[in-house]
This record gives sequence, C-alpha cells and structure tokens, in this order.
Amino acid sequence: MKFWVTCAVLLSGVVALAVSNVNNYVFFAGFVVLQSIVLATAWNILGGYAGYVNFGIPAFIGAGAYTALGMHLWIDASLIIQILAASLLCGIVGFLVGALTVRLRGIFFSIATVALVFIFETIVMNTPFLGGAAGMQLSRPETGGVFPTYLRMLVVVMLLLAIVAVALARYVQDSYIGKGLKALRDSEEAAECCGVPTLKLKLLACSLSGALLGAAGAPLPMYLSYIEPVSTFNLLYAVSAIAMPIIGGMSHWIGPVIGAILLSSLQQLVTVTISSELNVLVVGVLLVLFVVAAPDGIVGLYKRWKSS
Amino acid sequence: MEILLKVDSVTKRFGGFTALNAVSLEVRRGERLGLIGPNGSGKTTLINCISGALINESGGISFNGRSIMSLPAYQRTRQGIARSFQIPRPFRSMTVIENLLIPLAYVRGFSGGKADGCAEQILTSIGLAAKANQLCSHLTQVELRKLELARAMAAEPQLLISDEAMAGLAGTEIDEVLSILHTLNKKGITIIMIEHIMQAVMSFSERVICLDAGQIICQGTPTEVVADPYVQRAYLGD
Amino acid sequence: MISLDLLLEAVLFGILLGGFYAAVSLGLSVSFGLLDVPNVAHPAVLVVGAYGAFSLGKYGIDPIVAGLLLTPLFFVAGSLFYKGYYIIFERRGQSAAVNGLAFFFGVVFIVEVVLVLWYGVDQRSAKAPYIGGSLELGEIRIPYRLLSAFGVALVISVMLSLYLSKTFLGRAIKAVGQDEEALRLMGVDPVRVKQLAFGIATGVNSLAGAVLLILAPVEPTIDRIYIGRTFCVVVLAGLGSVSGTLTAGLILGVAESIVLMFFGASWSPAVAFGLLLILLGFRPQGLFGR
Repeated sequence: MKFWVTCAVLLSGVVALAVSNVNNYVFFAGFVVLQSIVLATAWNILGGYAGYVNFGIPAFIGAGAYTALGMHLWIDASLIIQILAASLLCGIVGFLVGALTVRLRGIFFSIATVALVFIFETIVMNTPFLGGAAGMQLSRPETGGVFPTYLRMLVVVMLLLAIVAVALARYVQDSYIGKGLKALRDSEEAAECCGVPTLKLKLLACSLSGALLGAAGAPLPMYLSYIEPVSTFNLLYAVSAIAMPIIGGMSHWIGPVIGAILLSSLQQLVTVTISSELNVLVVGVLLVLFVVAAPDGIVGLYKRWKSS
Repeated sequence: MEILLKVDSVTKRFGGFTALNAVSLEVRRGERLGLIGPNGSGKTTLINCISGALINESGGISFNGRSIMSLPAYQRTRQGIARSFQIPRPFRSMTVIENLLIPLAYVRGFSGGKADGCAEQILTSIGLAAKANQLCSHLTQVELRKLELARAMAAEPQLLISDEAMAGLAGTEIDEVLSILHTLNKKGITIIMIEHIMQAVMSFSERVICLDAGQIICQGTPTEVVADPYVQRAYLGD
Repeated sequence: MISLDLLLEAVLFGILLGGFYAAVSLGLSVSFGLLDVPNVAHPAVLVVGAYGAFSLGKYGIDPIVAGLLLTPLFFVAGSLFYKGYYIIFERRGQSAAVNGLAFFFGVVFIVEVVLVLWYGVDQRSAKAPYIGGSLELGEIRIPYRLLSAFGVALVISVMLSLYLSKTFLGRAIKAVGQDEEALRLMGVDPVRVKQLAFGIATGVNSLAGAVLLILAPVEPTIDRIYIGRTFCVVVLAGLGSVSGTLTAGLILGVAESIVLMFFGASWSPAVAFGLLLILLGFRPQGLFGR
C-alpha cells in the first residue's frame, strides 16, 4: 500500500510541477532520469532476476523509437498507440532472442543482443521510409494537452512508464514467479526437478524486459525532435543501462531505481562540467568497480550494514 | 502389483560414447529398488533420462502407464517423479525453508501459510527444523543431503530417486538417511536408491539391479546380485 | 545475371579476408572456446594491439615487427589479468556468470574510451612497403595489404595449431577446459595452465592487431563489429576447435565478401552477426564443436 501511495504523491507532484512556470531545463533532465529508471528496471527483470545479461539495450530502445516513428508516419498514431506498438514489437523481439538462445549458455544471449544492435541499425539505414541513414526531423506539437509544452507531457508520460515498470518488477519479485526465477538462477537443474518451468519463466522475463525497454524508447523521437540510426543504435548507451542496476543492486526492485537516479544525475554533472568521453570512463570504471568489489550493489551493502 | 515406471530399451549416447545401451527395466509401485554399478556404468545417466534432465536417443519411458518422453523435466516432476542430486544442489541464495517453498508452490500449488506449515512439517520430520531460517551455506554435508531429500519430499512424489544420498557420510549419518527413506516408503512412495555403500543397499532394497558399461548385467534379490560372478568382476576387476 | 568474374573476385577476396578473420579470432577460440572465459573484451584488446603497432610505427618500426615486439608484453598482461579474473570470479560460482559478463563489457568500454582519449577518434593507419599497391592477376587486382594480412594470419594459425597439438603444455591447454582433475592428477596446476593459455590468447592479439592495422585504418570503436566477426568464427568453428577456426574464418570471409560485392557496404556489417544468430538457432555446436 505504501508503494502506491508514494507513486500517487510523486505523480501529483510532477503534474503540478509540469503545469507550473518552472524552467524547462528541469524537464529535459527529468525525462532522462525517468527514462533511466525504466531502462534499469526493465534490464534488471532479465538480468538481476533471471540472470541473462542484455548488452543490446540500444537495439530495443531504438526498435521502440523507430516503431513509434513508423506508427506516427503511417497512421498518425497517438502517443499511447505508439508506446503500445513499441512494447508489443520489442516484447516479441525479446521473446524471439530468448527462444533462440536461452537453451545455450548465458553469454550467447548477450552476444545475440549485440547482434540485434547491428542488424537493426543496418535495417533502418536501408529503410528510407524511416529516414534511412540521414535520419528524420520531427516537429513537436506546440502544447501537450493540459500541459504548457509537449515536452512536459512527455515527462509525465515517462513518469507513468516508470511507475508501471517498477510496479511490474515489484510484482515479479514478490510473486512466485520471482521465486521461481531465483531458483533457476541458483540451479536450473534443481529448479526443474522442483517443478519450475524454467524455459517458460526465462521467456517471460525476456518478453517483459524487452517490452518495457521498447516502451521507454517510444517517446524518444518526439523528445529529440530528430532521430537517426547511428546515434540511436550506439552500443555506448548499454554501459550506463547495465551499470545502474549493478550499482544499485540487482536483487531488489529498488536497486535499479537508486542506481538510475544516482548515475544519471552524476552523468548530467560530468557531461555538463567536463566531457562526454570522461562520462563513459567514469561509468565504465564504476561498473567494473562494483562488479568486483560490491557485486550486490548498494542494496547489498545496505543489507550487510544493517545486519552487522 | 502395478508397474509404476517402465524403461523400455533406452539408449543414450554422448558423441561417440554410448552411456546407456538399450536398457530396460520395470519398477513396481511401492517397491524399494537398489541400483548399483561401478563408476561410469551409467547410473546417473539413467536417472537423468528418467527425470528428463537428458533426452535419450531411442527407447521409451512411461510412468503410470503413459509415456513421458515428450515431457520436459519440470512436468515429469509434476507427474510424480522426484530426484535428489549426487552432489547436492541447494538453492544457495535462499534459506532452508525457502528451498522447500519452491516445490510446494510449483508442484503442489501451495502458498502462504499453508505452504509454510507444510514445509515446517517436512523439516521437523527429517530433523532440520532448527535450521529452517538459515542459509544453505551454513549446513553440514549430512544436512545438505537431508535438504535434498526434503525438497524431493515436498513435491509429494510417487517415485523418489535418491542419487548417492549417503556418499561420504559415516555410521549414524547413514542410518539417519536410511530411516528417512524407509519412512517415505512406508507412506507408499516408490524408491529407487543409487548407492555405493553395499551395506545400505543390501539392507534397504527388495530388489537390486546392477549396471555396468551402460547395460544391466544382473537383477534379483540383494543376496543373489551380490553373489553374482559378473557383478563381482565389474566391481573388483579380473 | 551474376557475373562469374565478379563472383570469382569476391570469393578470392573472401578467402584472403577469411584467413585474416581466422587469425583475429584465434585468441578468442582459446580464451572462450577452450577456457570458457566470457571474453567479450577480446576485440577491444585486438584494437589495442593495432594501436600499439601504430604507436611503434611512429618510430619507424614496421607493423609486423611491432606486433612481434609487443607480443611478450601482451602475454604477460594476459596471464596476470587471468589470475585476477580467476581470483575474483571463478571462485564465486553460479551468480558470477552475470558479473563476469558485466565485467568484461565494462572493460570493453573502458578500453575504447581510453583509446579515444589517448589517440582521438580519427582513423589511424600504418605505412609499410607492402601496404598500398596491388598484385595484378589478369583482370583482378589484389591489394598487397590483403595478401600480407593473409600471409601473417596463416602463419599465426598454423603455429598456434601446432603448438596446441604437438607440445605438452599445448595439449594441457586443450585438456584443461574439459578435465581439470586429470591434469591435477598428473601434477599439473590447472590454474597455471589457464594463465598460460590466456596469456597466449592475449599475445596472439598483439600480432593479430598489427595485421588489423595493415589491412585497414583503425579507430577506437572498430572493436564493436569485431565482436560479431570473432564470435561468429569461434561459434562456427565449434567451441573447443582451434583448428576449425581457419575454415570458419574462410566461410565468413567469403560470405561477407559476396554480400559486399552484390549488395553493397551498407549490408555487410550485418553478415557476421546475422550468420551468428542463424548458427545459435540451428547449429550452436558449429562445424567441429564438441
């Protein structure tokens, strides 16, 4: 109950902010932080709960973005439809990649997701309808419903997505699905012998994770007013998306949220003050540091501190 | 007595190596069957084929009169086949009682208080109740073995296959595990016991099958099998 | 109508390119195929090797010589790195799988960014008498750099194959992935053997990196496409088959070359990754895998 109350409070707070006269920069930053929460949470459903590492987050985000674009160009779809279409497509992609590789070792799933990044980029480059290699400019509508600007509406939408993502992660974690995933991570063979349908659970995690990633990507074309394949399908974004849940802690749904808020705030700071290369270096080093020294993340450190 | 498990001419190969060569056997409901054989004779491979961890190339396996060949491992468990592992595979990130909640949820559909109660009952019956809320890393060898059996018991199986549950245990520990298996059998659970400890196999089994190099070389009462010259040669060499 | 001449030229280029792909995948074939280390950073180290050869090139050192000079350095670095990896990860067990993958992924980008900060994003190339200019065979022009890349690649492949099959330590390396116990019983420390193997895998990358530099200009993000190419070759060969790497490389080289010739450069990056996905779906054991 506490969870939903907190969400309701957050939602009303942000909506109030959005209709107010506050500076626009807050919303640009807010969009990025909220999107990071969705990405980190979505990644963790598959990575933290099921143990499969998705390197190809840009493929899913990009597919979501381009699906949204496609729907917009083809049938002038509203944002809701764009998001639903993106989720559906990316959910299916997640399912297919899983079906292809989860019978093999985990690393093959990861490499397959890298393959997706390149393959999707290649497909988009060769598809003039979606802008091809040159990309496409988009004009944002002037206002967003009750909100003064379209951007502010996008931020509220992203907050809703974040709430949905975290609620789903929380449900999966606490339900018997989460327990089954935990069992299959500890020992897949033993889990099967305890009646856990390991293949089905893995595919469920793949689909859910993929769908949420796609949903997070759908608002991107409108947010940027511009989209092109090279920067969209840039493997670099995967480093942050993986670092956030690892730093925050993969065992609990709050971990990715903590990691996302901390890291995306830090990134805004570093990029603004120094350079974007240093930004990647900092994220990469933090990732490696946590994996080596604190693999249970901040959540793990907190648990240890509490029990000592 | 009815046939519970029927293994019909099962062959399993790994590349060029034939681990099981047209093995056939039957297990009657309520029976205590011992499965012996030197290392590498195919005992664990046979168990893996029955439980669904491996798929045999040819031959059939049926349970309760129906073929289970097309069923994945988790469904065979739900049909009533449970097994323990030679090297215990507890769910290390969970406590002892949480380990039992998994089969209780996934095989029997229990949750909440009902599952907790059932789990506690099982732990008490095998003497692990005191460690219910501890992580598996704090368990001794014999306790891990008992947890393996407890997890199998939680699935309320019709057939329990115990794979060297007593390996590496001493004196009283062996008796503890044996008595758990006897209790289960008295409740009507059919048991296949794979063991190297001859004394245990002899005293426990009604019938013994000896495997060597992927084939059954002898079947019969424990006394008959142990006295068989082929069996003796398999274990002791020429 | 597909011109037979063009097809022949594509196949020829493909074979030469394929030999090169085999050479750059050898290290991965050992570190991942034999040792089971999820070494996605292999292509990144390859690129470091290329830049190493480039740096030495500024002092007038020939790229191949530079590669050879750096090999001992890479070997030592690889051995030490593996020891660290072993202590941190292989002792942890199941959950380490996620951590190991995340670790190497982080390393990939740390390497990439350091290269960008040190060398900048511009393309770098090498100069040597065998780079530039081509051999003319009738209608076909084969660039010398392709021939020399193929030549060096062939030598590295053959030598590594011989080492692994004829020497005691080489055979120990082949065995360590499958039966550590047996090695231990023979008095051989499996961890030391794995360290040796990983060192060799990294050392080979130094020379292979020099070959990469000879073949084409390099820039820091070039490691990404090589993730696809090297893993495709290693999976196609079959995990555990180092000798199969050459065949697999040739197949990939020819496939990419044909796509490049008839469908254009905008489709060729997808070939390696596409082939890899098909393999994973239908024949994950590859050609010669166990």
